[in-house]
Amino acid sequence: MAWVNAVIQGILTGGLYALFACGLSLLFGVMKVVNLAHGDLATVAGYVGVGIVAATRMPFLWSVPLVVLAMAVLGYVLQRTVIQAAISRGELTTLIVTFGLSIVIENGLLQFFTSNTRGLGVGDSFETASFSIGSQITIAWLNVYIFILAVVVLLALQYFLSGSKYGRLIRAVADDREAAQLSGADYRHVFGIAAAIAFGTVALAGLSYGLTTTIDPTTGTDTILLFAFAAVVIGGLGSLWGTLVGGIILGVAQQIGAQINISYEQLGGYVIFLLVLVAWPQGLTSRRAQS
Amino acid sequence: MTAMAEGTVRSPGNELRVTRSRRNVAWSGLGALVVVVVLFLFPYYIGPGTTGIMVQALIVLTLASMWNLLAGYAGLVSVGQQAFFGLGAYFVLIPGMHGVTPWLGIIIATVGAAVCALPLWWLVSRLRTGYFAIATWVLASTIMLLIEQIQSVGGGTGAPLTKPGGTTWFTGTDSAVLAADTYWAALTVAVISMAAVYFLLRSRVGLVLTAIRDDERAARSSGVRVGRARLLVFVVAGAGCGAAGGVLAIQQLGVQPGTSGGVFSVQWTAEMAFAVIIGGIGTIEGPIIGTAVYMVLQQTLQSYNAWYLIVLGIVAIAIALFARRGLWGTLDEKLNVRLFPVGYYLWAPGEGRRRPRLRRKEAHAG
Repeated sequence: MAWVNAVIQGILTGGLYALFACGLSLLFGVMKVVNLAHGDLATVAGYVGVGIVAATRMPFLWSVPLVVLAMAVLGYVLQRTVIQAAISRGELTTLIVTFGLSIVIENGLLQFFTSNTRGLGVGDSFETASFSIGSQITIAWLNVYIFILAVVVLLALQYFLSGSKYGRLIRAVADDREAAQLSGADYRHVFGIAAAIAFGTVALAGLSYGLTTTIDPTTGTDTILLFAFAAVVIGGLGSLWGTLVGGIILGVAQQIGAQINISYEQLGGYVIFLLVLVAWPQGLTSRRAQS
Repeated sequence: MTAMAEGTVRSPGNELRVTRSRRNVAWSGLGALVVVVVLFLFPYYIGPGTTGIMVQALIVLTLASMWNLLAGYAGLVSVGQQAFFGLGAYFVLIPGMHGVTPWLGIIIATVGAAVCALPLWWLVSRLRTGYFAIATWVLASTIMLLIEQIQSVGGGTGAPLTKPGGTTWFTGTDSAVLAADTYWAALTVAVISMAAVYFLLRSRVGLVLTAIRDDERAARSSGVRVGRARLLVFVVAGAGCGAAGGVLAIQQLGVQPGTSGGVFSVQWTAEMAFAVIIGGIGTIEGPIIGTAVYMVLQQTLQSYNAWYLIVLGIVAIAIALFARRGLWGTLDEKLNVRLFPVGYYLWAPGEGRRRPRLRRKEAHAG
């Protein structure tokens, strides 16, 4: 029964990982950017949430749209300035700039908020409510909500990319930038929109993470970025639903690892990641081989 | 080496010539030798406090020259070099527990890290750019988590550098002598690392790497063994970082794992990468300049905790965006002052005729 519990908890955690991973996957899919600052941006979102709630004393859930909006604006601005400048100078510069951002953000948070851990305490039953199946399986409603949120975000992203005007623009620019430009698309603006969406999902992920556990300045690089990346690789590069599959596999592997020995939690996830890297380098859901 | 490509038309002033550099670089080699000798004499004139700072600088210099080799010449942007750095520290710690002197441990660390690089390369070799970067980072994390499971080497808290009996190494040694010895070890590691990178890049491997950088597909179809060249670079960089980790273990008289402040912290990779970017990626001189900038910033801002890394990061981002070739590269573009050339210079017909002295010398060399 304990194993069934581990699998169920792992699947639910997978939703959170998919939430982390879809932004990373979107940025890579659209502008071929591997954003090394991804995890730290999620941490920033968490800290912004803490700050807004502390400053205005509004209920936590009300602050979520504010944080998402703020991060989306930040995403657009960062993309139009620093990241766009880096992209036009090549892959190496892009990596160096996002890595630099990651280190600057992490140490900035460390400087201003110290290394103390913080949680986004909602302070009501929303955070702690749970239900039981049988005598050994207890499921936290919060994890269920986050899983549902992840599925909703992925559905919305898919609908947006395939159905809306901006979605079609994003796909056109991702497919063939020059051709899209010739047809009158301003690819810089389109990249900005894509970054805004990705940062919005990162904000949701950071806030969700802050609710389920605590955040500190190094959370972004120690866990979030690596988990998000592992989910993307397991699921297949650039595949939206692959991030959910990858997230779930990562989550289950971690929970099974933790079931064997509590200190094997992260290790379990990384072992699966390395196995996939060796056996299916294109990921589990990718249909076509990467050149 | 076929350095000289003689033109078909042999009339004077009309042949194409290829040399290592626009100017004779024998003096810069001599200068480097003098600098190394002076640096070796340092402990006789300055105190242990200053040599301690110098050891730190030499560790960063070693790491930076390795990261420069990886990212600047082989296009492998690794964010997981702290894996080899940490492994090197443990390769000094563990033999030390069995009675092997830490000085010998540095050699074990170099070889051990190189051996570890082989299977790790197999895991990440198929990935490129950003995915290679994060995959190496995951590898470093995995290695840290594995080592933290081993309680006999200190688990998650680390361990001091002890002898089999349990006493710490160098307990009887005079602290000034130990500081000087550590400094000499760090200097030796740094000099060998830089020389290894320099001569590696001047050899066939350097040519192969240049070919890959310019056009990987063309290089591959011309029979260049792309994978083998990259593997060699990855192994050499692993060995260098391992040796630097070994030096750190001796300086700290122990090893502390963990991601915040420990040997597996990504901050090590941040420091080496920023030093390379600031100094000039893809130049032999760049890491030296970058390390100097790093040390100045670190020493002036050290009382403000993490600020030196924030400033360093912002400077690196600015340089990556606005002066891509770094401080030395920009200087070289303007003044042509490459002290340690690893590429070749193609003389246009008739160029350099006003310098007969230089030409005679090079014609003699060819």
